Amino acid sequence: MAVVDNTFNDPALRAPLITGRADLASITDTVCEITEQYRPPRSWYVAFIASLSLLGMLGLSIIYLIATGVGVWGNNSPVFWGWPIVNFVFWVGIGHAGTLISAILFLFRQQWRTSINRMAEAMTIFAVTCAGVFPGIHVGRVWLAYWLAPYPNYLGMWPNFRSPLLWDVFAVSTYASVSALFWYLGMIPDLATLRDRATTKIRKLAYGVASLGWTGSARAWHRYERAYLLLAALATPLVLSVHSVVSFDFAVAQVPGWHTTIFPPYFVAGAIFSGFAMVVTLAVPARAYFGLKNLITMRHLENMTKVILATSCMVGYAYGVELFTAWYSQNPNETFLFLGNRPFGPYAPAYWTMVTCNVLIPQLFWFRKCRTTPWMMVIIALLVNVGMWMERFVIMMSLTRDYLPSSWGSFIPTPIDVVMLIGSFGLFFTLFLLFCRYLPMVAMAEVKTVLPHGHQP
Amino acid sequence: MIEHEVQTDQPQVLSGLLAEFTDQQGLLEAAQGVREAGLRRTDCFSPYPVHGMERALGIRNTPLPWLVLFAGFAGCVVALLMQWWTNAVDYPFLISGKPLFSLPANIPVTFELIVLFSAFTAFFAVLALNGLPRFHNPLFQHERFRRASSDRFFILVEASDPQFDAIRLRELFQSHGAVSVEQVMADPTPARIPLAVHLTGVIVLCLAFIPPLWIARDRSTTSDVPRIHPVPDMDFQPKFKPQAETSLFADGRTMRLPVAGTIARGELNDDEHFVRGIVANAFATTFPAQAMPLDQVMMARGRERFNIYCATCHGLAGDGNGITSQRALARADSPNWRPPLSLHSQGVLEMPIGKLFFTITNGVDRQNDGNLSMPAYDVQIPPRDRWAIVLYVLALQRSRNAELNDLPEGARESLALPDIAQ
Repeated sequence: MAVVDNTFNDPALRAPLITGRADLASITDTVCEITEQYRPPRSWYVAFIASLSLLGMLGLSIIYLIATGVGVWGNNSPVFWGWPIVNFVFWVGIGHAGTLISAILFLFRQQWRTSINRMAEAMTIFAVTCAGVFPGIHVGRVWLAYWLAPYPNYLGMWPNFRSPLLWDVFAVSTYASVSALFWYLGMIPDLATLRDRATTKIRKLAYGVASLGWTGSARAWHRYERAYLLLAALATPLVLSVHSVVSFDFAVAQVPGWHTTIFPPYFVAGAIFSGFAMVVTLAVPARAYFGLKNLITMRHLENMTKVILATSCMVGYAYGVELFTAWYSQNPNETFLFLGNRPFGPYAPAYWTMVTCNVLIPQLFWFRKCRTTPWMMVIIALLVNVGMWMERFVIMMSLTRDYLPSSWGSFIPTPIDVVMLIGSFGLFFTLFLLFCRYLPMVAMAEVKTVLPHGHQP
Repeated sequence: MIEHEVQTDQPQVLSGLLAEFTDQQGLLEAAQGVREAGLRRTDCFSPYPVHGMERALGIRNTPLPWLVLFAGFAGCVVALLMQWWTNAVDYPFLISGKPLFSLPANIPVTFELIVLFSAFTAFFAVLALNGLPRFHNPLFQHERFRRASSDRFFILVEASDPQFDAIRLRELFQSHGAVSVEQVMADPTPARIPLAVHLTGVIVLCLAFIPPLWIARDRSTTSDVPRIHPVPDMDFQPKFKPQAETSLFADGRTMRLPVAGTIARGELNDDEHFVRGIVANAFATTFPAQAMPLDQVMMARGRERFNIYCATCHGLAGDGNGITSQRALARADSPNWRPPLSLHSQGVLEMPIGKLFFTITNGVDRQNDGNLSMPAYDVQIPPRDRWAIVLYVLALQRSRNAELNDLPEGARESLALPDIAQ
């Protein structure tokens, strides 16, 4: 079947969001058959085993860390935060695109979101899972991590509610649970579809329980749509608050390079930027392997590249404003950091990688060729994620040289740091591959609402 | 076969009529028609929300938004009260002199809890209002109904509706283009949970009580088995303790002696008068400057120290009848006990105060046989306290030998001693 080009920009014509044989049954078949294959494609197994081994590496290194102590990391005076927090902010940032697509684009009635929102929300939850690992093990004595929660205890002590680190606990855990609820609520009708198509006993039982007895009753749909709208309205400010709170971890501190008011919007823009890059990285191979090219069309991909381009410009603007503020303030510590140490200091390669990958390379998306060629966008998206990881690393390295030159130091990651970063990708991809295999990758019920209902067989 | 007969014995109760349509337009029109015919107990089923259905079926607005609004307020109140009570009341947490409760710093957590409460309420309220989870539904018996979640549209009219007329309804559905009309029978199988599930539940519930009971028992009773330390924290640290043997030093002592020829600060002890009670090779007759002033504080200190260290043998009044001495004299197994002197005996009364101090400091070997009758107290009692004891001993002695002249001028009349005066 020829793939229709729906990336034209003729305002007189409404571009179809779904191409090919766009009827209800074919959408059900296309999405459900992915999970109904008796055996997944061999490439799935290869990817799954690779991810699982990386996950095993993460598990082993965490056991080693707990048994030995946080000294196995490179964290030491003056950089006590190091890679674990770099990785945490990196993953939390990636986790922002899902809720942006499912909530904000929903409120703005961007109907193209329906093809990619399920996948993006799943990615959000898995990314937040990866993010949760790092502060969890960074507390040192992992078995006392529950001290983060405000619970009555025999010490008679409560957390300090005026600390951004505590706000972070509330923000990230609220974000994780609300995203999971939103994801699951959206999936109930599709799980019912899988239940109704199930042929084996295990599938009937599993999808039967998971779909909670959903029938698609008009009354149920009425309340469901209301609840979905409310959740979207709640998740929209939530997604903006989460990365703002993460940025407070830095902005409330007095370290040069951290103590700036631009951090919350700058972090949120960066989070959406990296999140969309990750969605593109996942969606391009997924639509090719699982035959979803008619559902996730070139227009969807092009829209995402446009978001990446826009957020890249915002991030670049933030980088520029940081430099300007440092120069305009004439504060010696700020000018030293932004105009001396970052671009020309010991971590200058990380800084220039960040600028290149986040600001310069995404400008290629001004060209239509780059916006419509899948392999090009995947490469650019991968570079964006490299750049966004470097951005957090550069911010963290502000700690190496603050006010007192006698306290300056450097940070060198250990092999365990590297294994944990790579291992967290193992966790992410293991969860994502399981999702592809067992859950509906595209929100069928939502896609069906955007079909042109006039011409059904 | 038997099961089949049992089923046929039961009367098949008609619970409704289910019509199938291929597109949403047919469904909408049928729903409209059914409603115009005065039927109310109806429902439609579609793979996606069909807009316009609310009006066609006459669905009233859901109270869900109000519930969510209420939950949001509750989250706000809970968050503010929690932060105020924990950080300003129960455990006042003073940070950099800032107010204990300040709204700006409490906004992030308040916001997160508003969202958390509202989102959970929205999720669980939509399930509860929709009657989910519900795994037992007569519609699931219909093979055709499975397409309701994929590409077909259904309308159900319940037989309990007062206007229900199967024949008229069938015609109505077919006039709107229904591709099939089926009778829905009430499910004859009881909607009860099987006994095995109940039994498993009871067993699991009973077993679930074991760990908390075990913990409660262990917390309320004593045990001679050492605690299990799953996480050692810093409870066990390899180290050599004082008074214990060590392999670290050649002499095997954990505690180290001072380097030869050194004296610790404040331990030079070169003042013969103060630390030994000797002035120019003779016993001192005056108190040293370090024991001054000889006031009530010094006297009280001396009395307290005397009662602790000396009174066990010499007695509280210094008569040499302390409780240790009385006990030793009463027992047959202490023939070598040397009874302490009375501090009021003539020899002691004549001693210069330097000698009293020297005796407390070094003990005394009254029989000159190398065994101390009274042990040395220089280790237990610091020099100034020893001088305080000397002062108190002098007071005890004077108390037995006082004259009227010892009283200050104004206090003599206060002594009501008419007999002695005569």
